[in-house]
Amino acid sequence: MEIPNIVGAGLIVIGAAMGIGRIGGSAMEAIGRQPEASGKIQTAMIIAAALIEGIGFAALFAA
Amino acid sequence: MISKFTAFLAFTGFLFFSTPAVAQDHGHEDAHHEVVNHEAAQDSAMVVEDLHDEHGAHAEDAHSEDAHGSESKDMKSIVKETIDHHLADSYEFHIVGAVGFPLPVILYDGGLQVFMSSAFHHGESVVEAGGNHYVLNHGKIYKTDAEGTLNYDEHHHPTNEKPLDFSITKNVFMILFMAFFMFFVFRGVAKSYNDNLVPSKSAKFLEPLIIFIRDEVAIPNIGEKHYKKYMSFLLTVFFFIWFLNLAGMTPLGVNVTGNIAITLSLALMTFFITQFSGKKDYWMHIFWMPGVPVLIRPVLAVIELIGLVVKPFSLMIRLYANMLAGHVVIMSILGLIFIFGSWVASVPFLGLTLFLSVLELLVAALQAFIFTMLASLYFGAAVEEHDHH
Repeated sequence: MEIPNIVGAGLIVIGAAMGIGRIGGSAMEAIGRQPEASGKIQTAMIIAAALIEGIGFAALFAA
Repeated sequence: MISKFTAFLAFTGFLFFSTPAVAQDHGHEDAHHEVVNHEAAQDSAMVVEDLHDEHGAHAEDAHSEDAHGSESKDMKSIVKETIDHHLADSYEFHIVGAVGFPLPVILYDGGLQVFMSSAFHHGESVVEAGGNHYVLNHGKIYKTDAEGTLNYDEHHHPTNEKPLDFSITKNVFMILFMAFFMFFVFRGVAKSYNDNLVPSKSAKFLEPLIIFIRDEVAIPNIGEKHYKKYMSFLLTVFFFIWFLNLAGMTPLGVNVTGNIAITLSLALMTFFITQFSGKKDYWMHIFWMPGVPVLIRPVLAVIELIGLVVKPFSLMIRLYANMLAGHVVIMSILGLIFIFGSWVASVPFLGLTLFLSVLELLVAALQAFIFTMLASLYFGAAVEEHDHH
């Protein structure tokens, strides 16, 4: 049985979503622990999230 | 303070009322669709007024329940076409309804052929230029004979020859417009510091952003020593992407940053600047990674070489996909009003559209920031000097 591309894309998007979710959650915790470092944490968070997001979009376009 | 708030409210209101206009934008395109029932659309009459003009004759005669199935399907394809048309580049600048202006078409086909796109009469006329005939079919220009004959393959794509196209299309026009706009705005900002160090007018608004790019993006990522060389590129790219993203939020149907060719060229510029500013350490870290066992170094070199290409590729895809997805989502939700076909639906969906529009304003700035941020990261990696060997 052939699995359509879109299923694979969906799996990748789930993975990307989990990754971004974890980044966001961890950033929240980190800010909670060290509110004074929130600026740096935010920047790092956005960069990491953007990198993962790229994979998600690549998957969407491959599908 | 009050004036700023008023301006914000006005802007939000503008967005709110402009979204139906976007939907209305391409109403006249749909004349060739056999839309039978507009009873539904009638309720949101303001929005689809010009649809009615064309289908007024049909609008009255279908109230039966069984018409609903085909109607919603037709409406779906109309919504889909409208979205596709909105996202695509075109040879004319179409504003609302019949309002718009043609743009020059520049073709290279055994000599330069220049004429205005109005000569096509929206794809209905064959244009003769320099002894050749051209016809506009689904947004693309094909070479044809005097009668405008098009040969189709089995997928219903024309097989006619396409001339080399250097036209000032809508996207090109917007890029040029934005380039001039940015030139004058930032000339003004730079000039305003000549006689007074206190920022005035537009400098008041732009100074914090420029300082932000310098102090939060360029210096931490590239380093005090080298950052100045890259500031011009980073600032230009940031404001170019941001302004064009914002222009995409107006009802003009501008979709420049959601066009993969434009993001490709932006990413390519970043790629070349990175490679040409690569110092010894940068290339050493790619081809012969220090500090790892010798056997692993070739493997790492392959991975790093793939990384070289993937970095600009992800820059390209990220901006393109984010902007495109934003436009598609907003227009699809707007389209749901017509698919549901009830004024009750228009209330929540317009609210949702407003919410998403405001979210897109955030995304517009965020994507410009991320592009600049990642570009500066790559530049920083290229100019970095290590002292561990």
